[in-house]
Amino acid sequence: MPSKSSSGPKASLGLKLAALGGLLFLHVPIWIIFLYTLTPDETTFTFPLPGFTLKWFGVAMQRADLWRALTLSLQVAAVATVAALILGTLAAAAVYRSRFFGREAISFLLVLPIALPGIVSGIALRTAIGGFDIPFSFWTIVIGHATFCVVVVYNNVLARFRRMQGSQIEASMDLGANAFQTFRYVVFPNVATALLAGGMLAFALSFDEVIVTTFTAGQQTTLPIWIFSQLTRPRDRPVTNVVAMFVMLITFIPIFLAQRLSAQSSDTEGETK
Amino acid sequence: MLQRISTYLYLRPQLVLGLLLGPPLLYMLVVYLGSLFNLLVYSFYYLEEFTGLIVREFTLRTYAQIFEPANRDIFLRTAGMATAVTIVDALIAFPLAYYIAKFASARLKTWLIIAVTIPLWSSYLVRVYAWKLILAQEGILSWFINLLRLDGVLNWLLSIEAIGGSSLALSPIGLFIVFAYIWLPYMIIPIQTALERVPGSLVEAASDLGAKPLQTFRTVILPLAFPGVVAGSIFTFSLTLGDFIVPLSLGNSKFFIGQAVYSYQGTAGNIPLAAAMTMGPVLIMIVYLLIARRLGAFDAL
Repeated sequence: MPSKSSSGPKASLGLKLAALGGLLFLHVPIWIIFLYTLTPDETTFTFPLPGFTLKWFGVAMQRADLWRALTLSLQVAAVATVAALILGTLAAAAVYRSRFFGREAISFLLVLPIALPGIVSGIALRTAIGGFDIPFSFWTIVIGHATFCVVVVYNNVLARFRRMQGSQIEASMDLGANAFQTFRYVVFPNVATALLAGGMLAFALSFDEVIVTTFTAGQQTTLPIWIFSQLTRPRDRPVTNVVAMFVMLITFIPIFLAQRLSAQSSDTEGETK
Repeated sequence: MLQRISTYLYLRPQLVLGLLLGPPLLYMLVVYLGSLFNLLVYSFYYLEEFTGLIVREFTLRTYAQIFEPANRDIFLRTAGMATAVTIVDALIAFPLAYYIAKFASARLKTWLIIAVTIPLWSSYLVRVYAWKLILAQEGILSWFINLLRLDGVLNWLLSIEAIGGSSLALSPIGLFIVFAYIWLPYMIIPIQTALERVPGSLVEAASDLGAKPLQTFRTVILPLAFPGVVAGSIFTFSLTLGDFIVPLSLGNSKFFIGQAVYSYQGTAGNIPLAAAMTMGPVLIMIVYLLIARRLGAFDAL
């Protein structure tokens, strides 16, 4: 990162206010959800809140449908993340160590699932799955999620590879280590945090995905699908508030950690999606 | 044993490349591109109205349906919304990105980057849901507007035919606010990345040569940051084009592309028309990506 412009001009008041305004616009709506988890009001979103209560946390805990949705979401995210870690790392390694025809196209191909509108991927996968008469299941959700999770791992790992000293690998080989030992003792420790960061972001991405999931899930309800059903037809407003806060907090943790991990090794690759 | 495998592989770099590249390439080509291609093929089929069955023979009549007035309006409405959202997001994002890149201290910068990244990755649905609370008729925004005694202005805005509606949540204005909010982080980060790359020495040189701060900003910083704006706009534009969650959750009965595709595919069972309609955003995005690449926006991604 370039040096700080400590000697340069200070930010004007207008710029500071505009920056603060942008920041508040990003964050205040999220705080409002947190506030609404405390409302005793069951049928409207009245503000100011007519009172305060903590009972909805207990009510949400008792809901079996929520627990099922949460479990499914966690399982899908875990499997999709593992798939993305394997495929993304392999692709990054290939692009890093070799020159080959169509190398530039690999990045393009991998970024396509997040560059194209989610609805395109969703309907494409659904039509293909339906065309082959494959029943919609846990695995069809995972297949959909893996397509857009791969690029996150790929970007993180490739950026780390590029920063790694190639001479370390050569030194290891010169000193008699075989390819597997070199991977185990030299390459892996170097990319471990990138894998962790990429994996956590992929997990967060999958855990939260709704657009592709609406097309690739059959009767299965992931947590985002549960929330989406409440968005279009609100039935359990107070419980939805609690779930919304919970989802916000649960995705907050991996994102925060991934960001810290990336910042520590002065990577910024986690930032651009 | 491992030693021998290792030597064997070392002597055959092509094989190693194949082993590394094979699985991800196969997955993306077969599953993803294969599905996309299949969708493209479907867009050339058509739905037999009487039987409700998809006729699998090549025809352009499904594409012709896109140009019927109802569908054309959907396209124009969506493109208009995407344009408006992109412009406003660029205007909101720029000052924040500029402050983060050029003025914030190292410590503050780390925190600000986290503060911008968290909404980017955090739950998109929950962020839409927040606006359901905020825009509700009895909700916090109406309360605030009444507090400021601006309800007259709001009612006047809502009475305008093109952007108004029966309430904020159900009007294009509300939809626009939510879209702008949801995609804002996608604009901030590329602009910030582009601004980071503007060398401080250039700015100093400009001021040494007698440029006023505003002049430096306009003639040095802004042109160099522009690829970042274009990179950000790829996201804001594409995401708005394809979204159906926001218009389904808020908004009125006026369709957007994503919503139309969703309903053609789902309740109507008209996969060819849904497929043909998604080709609109795909085409727009490909053209957009090509232009963006010429402007050097890919370096800022």
